Amino acid sequence: MEQQVATFAVKKGLAQMLKGGVIMDVVTPEQARIAEDAGAVAVMALERVPADIRAQGGVARMSDPELILKIMDAVTIPVMAKCRIGHFVEAQILEAIGVDYIDESEVLTPADEEHHINKHLFKVPFVCGARNLGEALRRIGEGAAMIRTKGEAGTGDVVEAVRHARAVLGEIRRLQNMPDEELMAYAKSIGAPYELVVETKRLGRLPVVNFAAGGIATPADAALMMQLGMDGVFVGSGIFKSGNPAKRAAAIVKAVTHYNDPAILAEVSRNLGEPMVGRNISQMPESERIAGRGW
Amino acid sequence: MKIGVLALQGDFLEHIQMLQRLGVEAVEVRLPKHLDGLDGLIIPGGESTTIGKLAVDFGLLDPLRQFGQTHAIWGTCAGAILLSKDIHRPQPLLELMDITVQRNAFGRQVNSFEADLDIPELYRFGEQPRPYHAIFIRAPIIESVSGSARVLATLPDGRIVAAQQGHLLATSFHPELTDDTRFHEYFLSLAD
Repeated sequence: MEQQVATFAVKKGLAQMLKGGVIMDVVTPEQARIAEDAGAVAVMALERVPADIRAQGGVARMSDPELILKIMDAVTIPVMAKCRIGHFVEAQILEAIGVDYIDESEVLTPADEEHHINKHLFKVPFVCGARNLGEALRRIGEGAAMIRTKGEAGTGDVVEAVRHARAVLGEIRRLQNMPDEELMAYAKSIGAPYELVVETKRLGRLPVVNFAAGGIATPADAALMMQLGMDGVFVGSGIFKSGNPAKRAAAIVKAVTHYNDPAILAEVSRNLGEPMVGRNISQMPESERIAGRGW
Repeated sequence: MKIGVLALQGDFLEHIQMLQRLGVEAVEVRLPKHLDGLDGLIIPGGESTTIGKLAVDFGLLDPLRQFGQTHAIWGTCAGAILLSKDIHRPQPLLELMDITVQRNAFGRQVNSFEADLDIPELYRFGEQPRPYHAIFIRAPIIESVSGSARVLATLPDGRIVAAQQGHLLATSFHPELTDDTRFHEYFLSLAD
């Protein structure tokens, strides 16, 4: 009766445990504890939240392992950390320090403009961003055990997360109505592995957990993503760039649980203080957008 | 039979799908009023800190404790933590079972694993006795059982991963992540 570690069921399984929950960006052990106390299911440990990465510019890299380790020591919930797209050595380092999930993230500056990491080679599971079904299935083909919408991180504008959620879920709905003989040509047209297209049609959903991310700033935003059909939400800059992080964090957690109950949503949305200032994406030059990173 | 699945957070949908496969009516429980008319309840996997906090915030702790006095409850992973009496740290618990639990007992996610277990109570389900393939995700261990609680399954090294106390059931692994319905059938036999 031997034990098998790092199977796909185990990698995907942790994401299944996070469903219906909120994963929060934190930059200090204190913030991590606030997030855990507010009911976060996991934290994303990083040096700068996306809003600050945007504001400060420069090359955004994996965070200092020392900071990530301190955050891992501070909480009992899972800790995720980001590496650059294609930077498999950053991923090796994050695996070596024992993070629970790696986000191969477009929020950091890409290290490879053609290839993502071969995530099958790792024991630690990966989450990756996607804007549409083809991109999601390519990442799963590379070994991602969890998918999130890209949205447009660090803006507090939910419009891109909605666009990406509707794209993925809408394409799955169309796929379900497609006769089987059309699946190969469809796989070719969206650049997705055929076997995963077949499996997605059979399941009527992505083969892995699918969270919303990128621009979620309020309990209403979070509940909107849940009602659209997402499995849970990441909140990046939206909590610790707001006036009252602890209260807002707890409110977003409640909103994700009771996403279908407008009376509870109204109650938890009251008196949360200032939300993050936010940036309107329609007025943002194309060069500042980061969702296009990833191939 | 009508079984509720606590749907505050976690993989409640996987449990609901298992119950539906067995032809059982399954409903999501988010508020105390959702417990009315249920024959049993499953507390799913998830983060026990999150589920515990939401149970406090929405006034579910006492209704769940009362429900467990007379009805079957099964906790998987985070659910097993919530059912326990003691986990060595301050966290809201139902304290329904005489078991002590250690959270994240195997380490971090890279130490999550699958293993076959020998569970004699499951032999009567299915065509012939066979091992139960269990999935452990950042799993807790049941350190000790006392009172009327008894051990249901252990790892080869003797560590306890499933326990039962009357109509209450705790597993540190996730039957809802497999295609094997035997553990759900066993729970339904307790709820009946």
